[in-house]
Amino acid sequence: MPLPVRDFYRSMADRIGRTLADRDLGNKILIQVGSATCEHAAGSQSVTEEFVRHIRASGRKDIVIHRTGCTGRCSREPIVGIQVAGQIPVKYERVNRDLVHRIFTEHIQGGAPVMKHVLDHTTEVLPEREFLFCEGSRCQRPGPNLRDRFIALLETRGIEPHRVHVAAASCFGVCSLSGDAPATYVLARPEKVIYRVNGEEDLLAILADHVVGGQVVERLRVQEEPIALEFLERYGDVAFFNRQSRIALRNAGVVDPESLDEYVGLDGFKALATTLERHEPEWVISELTKARLRGRGGGGFLTGTKWTLARKQVDATRFIICNGDEGDPGAFMDRSMLESDPFNIVEGMIIGGFAIGAQKGFFYIRAEYPLAIRRIQHAIDTCRANGLLGQDIMGSGFDFDLEIRLGAGAFVCGEETALIRSIEGERGQPKVRPPYPTDRGLWGHPTVINNVETFANISAILRYGGDWYARIGTEKSGGTKVFALAGKVRHTGLVEVPLGTTLSRVVNDIGGGVSGGKQLKAIQTGGPAGGFIPASMQDMEVDFEPLQKAGSIMGSGGMIVLSEDDCMVDIAKFYMAFSQEESCGKCTPCREGTTRILEILERITQGKGELADLDKLDRLSRLCQRTSLCGLGRAAPNPVLSSLKHFREEFLAHIQDKHCPAKKCVALIRYEINPEKCIGCTICDRNCPVECITGARKEAHVIDQAACIKCGNCFDVCKFAAIDRV
Amino acid sequence: MSACCHCTHDNWPELERGYRAMLPEPILAFIDENRQRERNESMLIATLHMVQAHFGHLGPGHLEAVAQLMQIPLAKVTGVATFYHYFRLQPRGKYLINVCLGTACYVKGAEKIAQKLTDELGIRFGETSKDGVFSLESTRCVGTCGLAPVVMIGDEVHGPLTPSQVPALLESYLARAAEDLVGESAANR
Repeated sequence: MPLPVRDFYRSMADRIGRTLADRDLGNKILIQVGSATCEHAAGSQSVTEEFVRHIRASGRKDIVIHRTGCTGRCSREPIVGIQVAGQIPVKYERVNRDLVHRIFTEHIQGGAPVMKHVLDHTTEVLPEREFLFCEGSRCQRPGPNLRDRFIALLETRGIEPHRVHVAAASCFGVCSLSGDAPATYVLARPEKVIYRVNGEEDLLAILADHVVGGQVVERLRVQEEPIALEFLERYGDVAFFNRQSRIALRNAGVVDPESLDEYVGLDGFKALATTLERHEPEWVISELTKARLRGRGGGGFLTGTKWTLARKQVDATRFIICNGDEGDPGAFMDRSMLESDPFNIVEGMIIGGFAIGAQKGFFYIRAEYPLAIRRIQHAIDTCRANGLLGQDIMGSGFDFDLEIRLGAGAFVCGEETALIRSIEGERGQPKVRPPYPTDRGLWGHPTVINNVETFANISAILRYGGDWYARIGTEKSGGTKVFALAGKVRHTGLVEVPLGTTLSRVVNDIGGGVSGGKQLKAIQTGGPAGGFIPASMQDMEVDFEPLQKAGSIMGSGGMIVLSEDDCMVDIAKFYMAFSQEESCGKCTPCREGTTRILEILERITQGKGELADLDKLDRLSRLCQRTSLCGLGRAAPNPVLSSLKHFREEFLAHIQDKHCPAKKCVALIRYEINPEKCIGCTICDRNCPVECITGARKEAHVIDQAACIKCGNCFDVCKFAAIDRV
Repeated sequence: MSACCHCTHDNWPELERGYRAMLPEPILAFIDENRQRERNESMLIATLHMVQAHFGHLGPGHLEAVAQLMQIPLAKVTGVATFYHYFRLQPRGKYLINVCLGTACYVKGAEKIAQKLTDELGIRFGETSKDGVFSLESTRCVGTCGLAPVVMIGDEVHGPLTPSQVPALLESYLARAAEDLVGESAANR
């Protein structure tokens, strides 16, 4: 029996394997530079140019530049990785032109890493070896902590901790792969070997043979490879990364986003080949159902169910849409995935198209993401040229094509019915559901709309199995979720963790806690449609239901950390202003409701609020929630309701005491100069835009309260903390 | 069938010539190509993107030309152009300054940056400076929250910014604009 798909995939993989072998990157020195919107903004392009110049000047042929997407470590960009065969890769943070010269001369040519600039540098010496112990927060393994034991063993053997580094990592997803009982898995670097460890005996064997003898302990080695092996190989030594479980983001920062070869080199399009070879759409859907994959756009609807609904339709003209209209302020995971691993999203869409029986798919991407649009277009064109899109994909007889449609800056277009209208070329105003898009969507035909992240998980689920994916998450939701961690947190960036991980682990362990040593006040999830989780609830598990119970939502995964310096009334007002501006105006409850709620909030922050306003807010919010036409209006009051629920005392302080506890609301604060601390340096006077500060040199100054506009300039510039905000 | 009025000749060819003269060749080719395809009207937003990319804004004449050449009612074209924030109906300065007012930037003090920009430029949001160099607008999240607070000038992202860095930043663009002017006049000579 001829196997056209298998033959197609094999010949493609062989051809690409030969190309990759010719490039021989394994034996070269790789300079890896991130390339995504945020990396570019931080200056990665000029860093690349500088490296190119250095390589050219050195005349060396064994040094190559490798472009990758972004790893999601936003606050430390641009990040540069130096990979030398047989060594743990070194990553540098905030690289600029000057640092390029030092890295090139001292590290690449001289062999001595510039330790001061190593990403999150924690030691002064680079370790020779590293052992990452999986520590899934969700699997409760019996027995003592083997990692602590291993550290103690190393110590008794007199092995210095800086030579052999031991760290706790997140779930590798290996035990669910082998189907065995939970055990501790250890990733040894730079050998890239995975051990299954069951007790002290095994630790001793690793210590004697591997650490001391330099030999891999074959007896303990497992054949299964964690999906993020390549990622961990490169970034495993950084706590921000190794405490994550990367599935959707496994290739971000690893592959060149514009190289089909590199994607295929990491088993890309294998899932599509398996799908088309089996040629059973039901198999795809049953794996997704087993995986308990839920829509990552925020709704949390089971993807398997959604696809089944579309598949069962009589109408044979069907569409599949990737929702890349990431409009939530503070969320950037979709952009990153589209920019860093575009082929993976394309593969997910082709599989989806096959499963529901669609002939055509659309990427709907917001126009504010030009690089994402360019990379997806490049991926589509490349796939078409390689028989992975278009007629008779991989020789399977399945025809399917993809097209990009641009958004134009309307937040409401993230709502599925509005998005459909926008693709049709109309004003993006939502429609009443039902009928749901799976019944009658784009141009009246059955349509499946999924978020970028949902598609990013498809190929992984089909390669490793639905059961594997399900075991990583919770009972109700399988797998991982990507969060865009931002706000008052030390390490901003993209974080992918198993569903069910606690908020505290994300914010404190991975995010490094609140920046500036301030107190955590709340965590906002779900963007303008979400709510606030107070600091007291930070041990809550992150999943769709618990978040909803707390008055917030998962949303697309924005996670904004708020500190004691943030005023909850002010932030609630911020979100309401957003929703009010983005309301499309079609239905009255949303159009008028958001406007009136915003007015009341304005009043309260102005110090003109009354007690009755709180009831009004509550009533109006619930009305807006119940009667709005689409998700935007129904969710818009969430920030108000959840802040009222958890931070009512702050509202009361604004209303009754005319006081803003966080000292944020301009109308309720004033600046005063403490005459005992003021030395009369005149810096405040010189920086006051309205010249309301007076005083002689070397004498205490005074602020004219009547003229002060409360801009806070004096407060910011005073070097002696002599200005009080009260 | 009775004629509705006295006109006897079809004036579409003249009209079409006039409208075609208003748009550059690549856009005309795009429109013509789409008219051969099914669901031509779904390409309206993409067409408007191209027109705005070329002219910097969507003027009344541009909208009419698109409506006529795509054979879509002008009311609908205008409706779409006014619905989406990305489309601008007024001409703008050489550099568009977009202050990000997304959540991450907001909590890190974007409002102060915004205030400083309006002070320095002497214009409000939605306006263009007298010399035509800057237009000031705000946006909701450009997706570079790690650099908050950020300001986008043209397609370059700047961040993290403090209010005191704003004057120098504007100065660098003014210098660039002046350089371009010199370059242009040299080229003209």
